[in-house]
Amino acid sequence: MSLLTERGTPAVELATGSALEPEHGATPKTTLLGWLRNWWVLLPLALLLAWAVLPGLFTGQDPLTGVPQQKLAEPSLAHPFGTDHLGRDVYARVVHGTSQTLMTAGLACLIGSVVGSLLGLLAATAGRFADSVAMRFVDVVLAVPAFLIALILVTATEPGPFSLGLGVGIASIAAFARLVRTEVLRVRSRDFVQAALMSGGGYLTVLRRHIIPHVIGPVLALLAVDLGAAILAISGLGFLGFGSPPPTPEWGLLISEGRQYLTVAWWLTTLPGLVIVAAVMLTAVLGRAINKAFRF
Amino acid sequence: MGGYIAQRIGQALLVILLAYTAVFLAVQALPNDPVTIFLSADSSADPATIAQMKAYYGYDQPLIVQYFTQLGALLTGDLGYSLSSGSAVSTRIGEVIGSTLLLAGSAFALALVLAVALTAAASLSRRPRVRNALLNLPPLMISIPVFWLGLVLLQVLAVQLGVMSLFPDGSFLSLAVPILVLAIHLSAPIAQVLIKSVHEVNTQPFVDVLRAKGASEEWIFYRHTLKNAAPAALSIAGITIGTLLAGSVITETVFARAGLGQLVLQAVTVQDIPLVQGLVLLTAAAFTAVNLLVDLIHPKLDPRIITSHAGSPRALAA
Repeated sequence: MSLLTERGTPAVELATGSALEPEHGATPKTTLLGWLRNWWVLLPLALLLAWAVLPGLFTGQDPLTGVPQQKLAEPSLAHPFGTDHLGRDVYARVVHGTSQTLMTAGLACLIGSVVGSLLGLLAATAGRFADSVAMRFVDVVLAVPAFLIALILVTATEPGPFSLGLGVGIASIAAFARLVRTEVLRVRSRDFVQAALMSGGGYLTVLRRHIIPHVIGPVLALLAVDLGAAILAISGLGFLGFGSPPPTPEWGLLISEGRQYLTVAWWLTTLPGLVIVAAVMLTAVLGRAINKAFRF
Repeated sequence: MGGYIAQRIGQALLVILLAYTAVFLAVQALPNDPVTIFLSADSSADPATIAQMKAYYGYDQPLIVQYFTQLGALLTGDLGYSLSSGSAVSTRIGEVIGSTLLLAGSAFALALVLAVALTAAASLSRRPRVRNALLNLPPLMISIPVFWLGLVLLQVLAVQLGVMSLFPDGSFLSLAVPILVLAIHLSAPIAQVLIKSVHEVNTQPFVDVLRAKGASEEWIFYRHTLKNAAPAALSIAGITIGTLLAGSVITETVFARAGLGQLVLQAVTVQDIPLVQGLVLLTAAAFTAVNLLVDLIHPKLDPRIITSHAGSPRALAA
């Protein structure tokens, strides 16, 4: 069952929301200056990365031990996101949780993009039989919701960031495989590829010099969007309790813990959630920018 | 037409068979069999009990026998036995599926309505600002975690305003709010595709002809554009079934509703693999069936699909 179209996949345009961009005529903005025009996306993303790498720079508070006297304090200058039931600073927990969430999401994206791209490449270049086998496999992955793939892995092994990332990653293989296959098929039939093959170019050379440069843009755009989707999926599973065990400050887990104090402390659920929304939106905008930059 | 239907049904059955095989192989690839994993939480389980239970559930048979026994049972609707309760997996699913179907079905219908309403508002609005705001809504809706939206609504409605209870009490709001949360999440991808598709249809010459003949924008949109844009949105609506099920699990957790979601969580927590296996198969079958239905409705909406001889019936839907 082919769920999307054989020619021209709408997946990445759908995901990046670039639906209404003109198909041609946009000048490629691959220059550094062009990229800097997207500073309003890049800056917050850089901040998120910095939170993940050097959390200590952004908060002086300890994410794991709190001051019991200050429990459930409302957001203030000292505690921008308030404090939780143990008096821990919620902002510090969000900042320290960034690396956990981003690393799990990154692992998922890495698995999805590498395995998916190889599978798509194989399907598009290794003959009809390989194509059928690879695409039926993709159909099966698509038929089982990402969420359940992750749950099976968590059931069988033990809950934790690794099995979570692996599960979400396996589920995102399908999107990459479809995209790469469609794009490679589109490029492969073009005259310049035929010319390169006829003038004696080997499989790998033609692939590297003529096909991959045309395919890399949409794949990078999907990668950005997939990172956002992975953050959503992982925080959702973390919320259900299948991520790292407490007291690790993981975004989904933070909200899940805050849920018990819904009636007395709105900030425990609302403010970390806003950070997730912002992170996911930023990856979507980044994906749209990449898509634009690579459009010739 | 007959050949096309037969081909689609055959492919759907193949995908379900492959999904069954994949789940079966995944369970075999585990370091231990389901019984040992289930009993591993209980340190006092002695090897004799494990062996007895394995024999009872048939996990001591050769793999190939297990594969075909389970497959044969599956054909008669038997999904095996839950390790945690001893009752049939199909019974346990049957007990709670009604509540989930009500939630998921209503949310799906509402999501379609929301998507069409959003597209209509964005396409017919004459103010560029309103239009841009509406066009940016779907990407925003996609970025909001379902559980967070549910909790924020609970916070506002139940805690601040006190108009609904934190737990399901059978009132209108306690059903409507979960449905709305799920529908908002679900309608975003459908709206995105519909908006894009409407935009593409609008560039076609026949729309100019209609306008030149004096048809109003509303008439063109509802009578012509929407009809031509529907197939693409239908395809994506079929694909969102997977999202719908995951969303139902989370929504049910947030609003403390009984249903498949609770069953899944329970099964995972006590490591009841046959139950998880049954739930996965059921989901895969539901997903495949809905998409088969979409494939069968497609030629009704756009007869060119059958004549185009493309590999996919949706080749024209892009």
